Amino acid sequence: MSTNGTSTRVATAGKEAQPLLELRDVTTTFGHSADATVANDRVSLRIDEQPPRLVSIVGESGSGKTTAARSLLGLQPPTSGLALWRGKDIYKLSRQERMTFRREVQVVFQDPYGIFNPYYPINRVFDITIKKFKLASSKQQKQELIEEALKAVNLRPPDVLGRFPHQLSGGERQRVMLARAYLLKPKVIVADEAISMLDVAVRAVIMNILMDFKEQLGISTIFITHDLSAAYYLGGDIMVMQRGRAVELGPSISVMEDPKHPYTKLLLESIPSPDPDKRWDAAEMPASGLSMGGANRRFSRDRCLFAERCPFVMEHCWERRPPLIQIGEQQAACVLYENPQTTSLDDATMTTPHVSGIEREMVAS
Amino acid sequence: MVTTIQEPQPGTRRAQTAGNAPLLEIRNLDVHFNTPRGVARVVDGANLILHHNEIVGIAGESGSGKTTLVEAILQIIRFPNRVTHGQVLFSPDGRDPIDLMQISARDMRRLRGQHIAYVPQGSMNSLNPVVRIGEQIVEGMVDHGISERRARAKVPELLAKVGLEPMVAKLYPHELSGGMKQRVIIAIAIAMEPALIVADEPTTALDVNVQRLILETLHHLRDELNVAILIVSHDLPVHAQLVERIGIMYAGQIVETGDIRSTVKLPLHPYTEGLMGAIPSIGGSRDRLQGIEGATPSPLNWPDGCRFHNRCPHVMDICRSVQPLLAEIEPGKRKAPDGETVEVIPGRVVACHLYPESTPEGGR
Repeated sequence: MSTNGTSTRVATAGKEAQPLLELRDVTTTFGHSADATVANDRVSLRIDEQPPRLVSIVGESGSGKTTAARSLLGLQPPTSGLALWRGKDIYKLSRQERMTFRREVQVVFQDPYGIFNPYYPINRVFDITIKKFKLASSKQQKQELIEEALKAVNLRPPDVLGRFPHQLSGGERQRVMLARAYLLKPKVIVADEAISMLDVAVRAVIMNILMDFKEQLGISTIFITHDLSAAYYLGGDIMVMQRGRAVELGPSISVMEDPKHPYTKLLLESIPSPDPDKRWDAAEMPASGLSMGGANRRFSRDRCLFAERCPFVMEHCWERRPPLIQIGEQQAACVLYENPQTTSLDDATMTTPHVSGIEREMVAS
Repeated sequence: MVTTIQEPQPGTRRAQTAGNAPLLEIRNLDVHFNTPRGVARVVDGANLILHHNEIVGIAGESGSGKTTLVEAILQIIRFPNRVTHGQVLFSPDGRDPIDLMQISARDMRRLRGQHIAYVPQGSMNSLNPVVRIGEQIVEGMVDHGISERRARAKVPELLAKVGLEPMVAKLYPHELSGGMKQRVIIAIAIAMEPALIVADEPTTALDVNVQRLILETLHHLRDELNVAILIVSHDLPVHAQLVERIGIMYAGQIVETGDIRSTVKLPLHPYTEGLMGAIPSIGGSRDRLQGIEGATPSPLNWPDGCRFHNRCPHVMDICRSVQPLLAEIEPGKRKAPDGETVEVIPGRVVACHLYPESTPEGGR
């Protein structure tokens, strides 16, 4: 079964389920005319209110992950297509609606160092939130709310309250941001590379909190990361982006254990395994190590944007944009699956020989 | 030639050096800074050995002193009021080690670049944007006394060694991708055919497939140039793919060293164990990861005793007062902290009171 780019859906909810957040065929470009950078190219994504879910958006730098997230947050109006919250255009909300939207959709950004004003104690983050959204009517109620929120992220209130941002570690600051989000009892948290600046030992702590939020409080998370192993650990669903397009969607575990799109496979093969017994072997080296190769060939977006790096490339990959095709629970934008006999990359024939990236460039020189 | 990252065959390459002193030996190195708030003991009693033609990794959290340690090897710590003790013995030919802490700035400058190359963190962003790549490679060589003509002639060969085409020499930095810039930096580092390359976070901020290419480039260079490589990275999977031995750094000290396989499979120090337990792995178990609670302590005020005691799941009374020493653990079967019996192979070195060898005399 073939679908086009408009019906990209991660959620597989019932008919009546109301989409909470949705990107519908969103295209976002920066710059003008021929030089324009296409950051998002007809991206669609849907998060329902029920059931809560963890959705990871992964891809290399420049693949458009953050632009998609910013569109959902009301920070980046799409050039075309719609960013919707409860069926309404996020960029045309009334003042009242925007207030509710801001409450239901929370964000944790990448940099836990830049987000705090160094002149004020941590409490200010909570004070402003409580005041702005009128969460507490008395001082005592306010204190209780803050303490409850800090406990929800496994911080001891005396360790945090009254202290200044520089006295906390990166992991603690990121947890303060999660506690702030918790105060508002949001429906969804957008975490944009929220763990990438943290030490490995702390990353797990943050991911565990997001998983607990989902299980215990019904809060969904859109988790933007370049770290596929983090997405694997979180589970849920995944959207793999490449040069502005969603190239593969599906449950995280199945996508990573059996990637359908050659790009997903390349990404997975490049992830270093923490097991020294599973070292890379040149024989497995994907032919397309370098992202530069062939970039100038037929510079048109009306084709598969992975063609120049793809070991399975065929002539018609260059001719039109491949649609998203449903294969089991997964969807992949790859023409290989237009042949109904093909259900996995194992069925496909490679068209370019497997050589190491280094060797390839050396041959070229 | 096909580049393969795999275990080296022991003894195939070391024979080329004359003596048997290790290439680099760090003994009880301290790097302290006098700050307005007191003495920051950023590196405090660190020990590490690096053999000829070996790839060694240093791993640890941010703030553990990894970068300061390698800066001490290069003698490039510029912060005012530095106080350093200890020895950094360097022996490019395996004989008569030179203590880098004792030699003059002039001699150090000669060693640096010629025998020790340094790839600092984020250095790919420090290429001069208005100078062509080729000129920037030539510059370093000319500085170290090679004639401009010879330096120029060597550029294509250097670029080829890191897997770049000769035409890259004519380009400007903004025309290159991150991975290509990093390889240019490596080409500059190997220009003088050093015995040691020190690379600080060489793949941080690069995409995974570019990271793989850089790691394979480094591995390939080790085999081709007979060079030793010291890699600093917070990313354990990077070490697992590239290095032969690893040193785990915590709070200014190396708390565990050993060959990469056994350190990853059977971490002896609870901190190493915590690190290993915090890494998700694709296709591996999806059991809840533990992470390590708490933060790295401040170098202004390291905890007494074992510096990890306030975060350690196996903390004992002695840990709070007596500092464990880095010691080789007697090989053989022993009970792991979680009750399982494990086999400790020779050459495992750790500083932790769980192993009696680590407790100083009279400590108990």
